[in-house]
Amino acid sequence: MLQSKAFMKKTRRGQVVKVVREHYLRDDISCGAIFCQSCEKESACLSSSAPNILIVDTNVTLHHIDLLENNAIDDVVILSVVLEEVKNRNLSVYNRIRALCSNPMRRFFVFANEHHKDTFVKTMPGESPNDRNDRAIRSASLWYQKHLGQGPPILLLTNDIENKRKALQEGICTETVQSYVESLGRPELFDLVAQVCDSSLAEMDIEDSRPSKKKLIYPEHRPMSEITSGLQQRIFHQGKLRVNRYNPIEAYVNSESIDEEIIIYGRINMNRAFEGDVVAVELLPEDQWKEGNTLKLIEDEEDEVEEKVGLAPDSVDAAPTSLQAKPGDFGSKIGSRTCGRVVGIIKRNWHSYCGSLEPMPMPAGVGGAVNALFVASDRRIPKIRIQTRQLGNLLDKRILVAVDSWDISLRYPLGHYVKTIGDIGDRATESEVLMIENDINNRPFSEQVLACLPPLPWSVSQDDLKCNYREDIRHIRVFSVDPPGMYQIREANQMIEEFMLAANISVAEKILKHYPLCALLRRHPIPTPKMLEPLIRTAAAVGVKLDITSSKSLADSLDNALGNNDPYFNKLIRILATRCMTQAVYFSSGELTPPEYYHYGLAAALYTHFTSPIRRYADVIVHRLLAAALGLFKLPAVFHDKVQLNSLADNLNFRHRNAQMASRASVELHTLIYFRNRPTDAEARIVKIRSNGFIVFVPKFGIEGPVYLTPKAKDNNGEESCKNSADWIVDEEQQRISTRDGKRVYMVLDVVHVHIEVIEPQPNRSKLVLTLLK
Amino acid sequence: MALEFISPEGLRLDGRRPAEIRQLRANLGVIDKADGSATFEMGNTKVIAAVYGPHEVQNRSQQLLDQALVKCEYSMANFSTGDRRRKQKGDRRSVEISLVIRQSMEAAIMTHLLPRTQIDIFVHVLQADGGTRSACINAASLALADAGIPMRDIVASCASGYLNNTPLLDLNYLEDSGGGPDVTIALLPKLDKITLLQMDAKLPLEMFEKVFELGNKGCVAIANYMRNVLLENTKDLAFARGVVKV
Ligand SMILES: [Zn+2]
Repeated sequence: MLQSKAFMKKTRRGQVVKVVREHYLRDDISCGAIFCQSCEKESACLSSSAPNILIVDTNVTLHHIDLLENNAIDDVVILSVVLEEVKNRNLSVYNRIRALCSNPMRRFFVFANEHHKDTFVKTMPGESPNDRNDRAIRSASLWYQKHLGQGPPILLLTNDIENKRKALQEGICTETVQSYVESLGRPELFDLVAQVCDSSLAEMDIEDSRPSKKKLIYPEHRPMSEITSGLQQRIFHQGKLRVNRYNPIEAYVNSESIDEEIIIYGRINMNRAFEGDVVAVELLPEDQWKEGNTLKLIEDEEDEVEEKVGLAPDSVDAAPTSLQAKPGDFGSKIGSRTCGRVVGIIKRNWHSYCGSLEPMPMPAGVGGAVNALFVASDRRIPKIRIQTRQLGNLLDKRILVAVDSWDISLRYPLGHYVKTIGDIGDRATESEVLMIENDINNRPFSEQVLACLPPLPWSVSQDDLKCNYREDIRHIRVFSVDPPGMYQIREANQMIEEFMLAANISVAEKILKHYPLCALLRRHPIPTPKMLEPLIRTAAAVGVKLDITSSKSLADSLDNALGNNDPYFNKLIRILATRCMTQAVYFSSGELTPPEYYHYGLAAALYTHFTSPIRRYADVIVHRLLAAALGLFKLPAVFHDKVQLNSLADNLNFRHRNAQMASRASVELHTLIYFRNRPTDAEARIVKIRSNGFIVFVPKFGIEGPVYLTPKAKDNNGEESCKNSADWIVDEEQQRISTRDGKRVYMVLDVVHVHIEVIEPQPNRSKLVLTLLK
Repeated sequence: MALEFISPEGLRLDGRRPAEIRQLRANLGVIDKADGSATFEMGNTKVIAAVYGPHEVQNRSQQLLDQALVKCEYSMANFSTGDRRRKQKGDRRSVEISLVIRQSMEAAIMTHLLPRTQIDIFVHVLQADGGTRSACINAASLALADAGIPMRDIVASCASGYLNNTPLLDLNYLEDSGGGPDVTIALLPKLDKITLLQMDAKLPLEMFEKVFELGNKGCVAIANYMRNVLLENTKDLAFARGVVKV
């Protein structure tokens, strides 16, 4: 049977065209029930002993994925119409529901209702896509009821009142998620149920903050139609919201429709957007661009604006992104920059966050639901209000929480508890938190993966010796230099590095020659003069002239920047240089032109990662390419699939970056643990001058962070007073800060002495602070 | 994320399974003026073909003494694609496709039986949704049969491709734009002879074999369909002339 789907589509060039697509309806789609008499059973998993066979609608899938993932829920039919909607709205939930459907331990079945001849529904004139999809879900539910008449009852889970009413009318058994979970009689599942806006909560929240400002806290998001036309007319700009890591009430949006980066200042202007959300932004009138700084002080008293002490970047790869290195991180002028406000959210980036509950007294009575505020470890994430029946268990734990909704009348978004990670402050728990936050999978290898390995104990067999692609080098004396020992044998170290580079370069040349369209290479983009500006200015301030015409000339002038008998001078200049550059990235050679292959940091025309296949997946890929280039093995299929190869390169870059962030965060965690009971004084070097202080680098510990010259005392109103700041004069050109009387002067690269200690300004959020020793 | 061309449930975006062809439709004798004509539809791809001849060679210098001269002109309606762009006649792609159609038809026509004559084939794409080349060949083949031109066999054509690590038969436009290889085959099924084999990307040999085999099967299925259309048409004609009594 054939249906045609016609719809209007906007092309990249902005034309609107009518697209007609064929849509085939079939009679060979299985219902997925093991006990079904008429359907093919190859992939069937729904069991006859289930109390219910559940069908979930799109919003239930999107918002209650944590509940669905719980083992208590099984025998679920996921309709293809739901999958499609989920995929469009939240890719991460889509991947999770897909994982459930393919997990042989679970009983989730995908029913292709959109291609089944008896369940497909055609859009009626005037019907909205939402209504049509709800009708498709009901049509499939009804079909299941008839089709599996003898089996367990079919239950449609929906929280949509209208959909529920119609379902009941059509004779479909239906319940809301809340009432279904209650009927299961398992209280531990309650916390997993997503929170939707509820008026009693709204009132409570307002009482919490300021009684004068009742009702609405945030402006309404504009309707999608208005946003679409606004984007077309360039009144609005679309882009991904990036929250400042050091100042969570400041965010940036880069949009293709405007050259400059747009700053979003304050929670009201951010208007409930989260880090990573795709948003529509409207520019503020130019005269309001200058008010940014004052705004931040009055609006959000509890979110202090402060930079974190952290690990100093030490290699090209560890260099922070341009965002983290923004000059406006703290105390700098933002008046001259484009400011805007969020008018709508095009795509949410909501997922689960690690953190802990804000301390609160235990309420009287037992077992009741309590509202608690969750504070994420990632400071870019706002506090999240959750409901829990196990407050006593959670207060001293690191937990995972997912966001559900954020109403205009609520200061904070609503979310729900997902799982407990462990005790706060516990080394293993905190390490686990770092892994989760950086999306690193540290689950044990699956059976399938382990099955790829030869059985243990393994030894070299006769077959291995006969293999034409193996060579026996056991007669050659081999030794290894492990990284910890490397410091003692500097020359060897140096030599190994050169050999590694040479090996990587020659492999890159070989695979590119054989596979010009699909060689996996690594490039490091040439920094623009604008990116290098802070470096040149700082260097000039201390009398060093850098030649940036090429990476070679820059490397040479960095080599020559020695300073007078100052052992750290050169290292500092290098740290500054590293910070100006972007990350090196993996890519497929077919995607770029040869000049773009250049690796700036290594001054190499071609580069790849080949030498460490046991610890880097990129090297495994490159080994496969090399093996194919040498004619030893066939080239795997993925190299012929451009799309798949690109997503592989993207994933490598994403994972590489996450691994780096996790590794840095782990060192920072251990630094924090080290200093916890060990306040220490140390020598530090100024690396950047700011309006109310400077950033220092502590060479002995490799850490970096801000030192404030003007103490940030809070007065009675909770407002920060910076009355001293007028006493300091900053010369950005010279990178120097001095008192008005000129008695105290600090310049970039100056030596200062700092006190390092751990404080806990907010409960469960200890941090390292650096203070100046007079 | 890369577009999912085949769901884990084994269905393509339009609901077909990997080895299924789109719905086929064909009509013969759609243009009265022509000696033979046909429309051929593969899903939303729709083409019309007209055949004139055999007739005297127009340009005497081109006349062949031992066989017929076959000419082919391919064109595409401006309204055939979504953007309705005005396309130039005689661009490289049209010239190439004209040549491809002519060559596969020449392999089927018994040109040696018609020396010093000319056969003109016109193929026009009315709606394009992937696989236009194949649809053109199939339409031309039916139009030639409709014109009563002696042929060794009917030529049937089908495309196949390779996406998400799966060989796919008869790609539609969306799948065609998926960046994978696209193999077009034209087959003389009774003789089991390939008259056209085109591929526009690299594919390792063992995968190519699978894709090729699938395309071949597609051609056989399409040839069977075309044979039925011709058979029905002959019956209709016979009925119209009163040869068959009901
Ligand atoms: Zn069934």
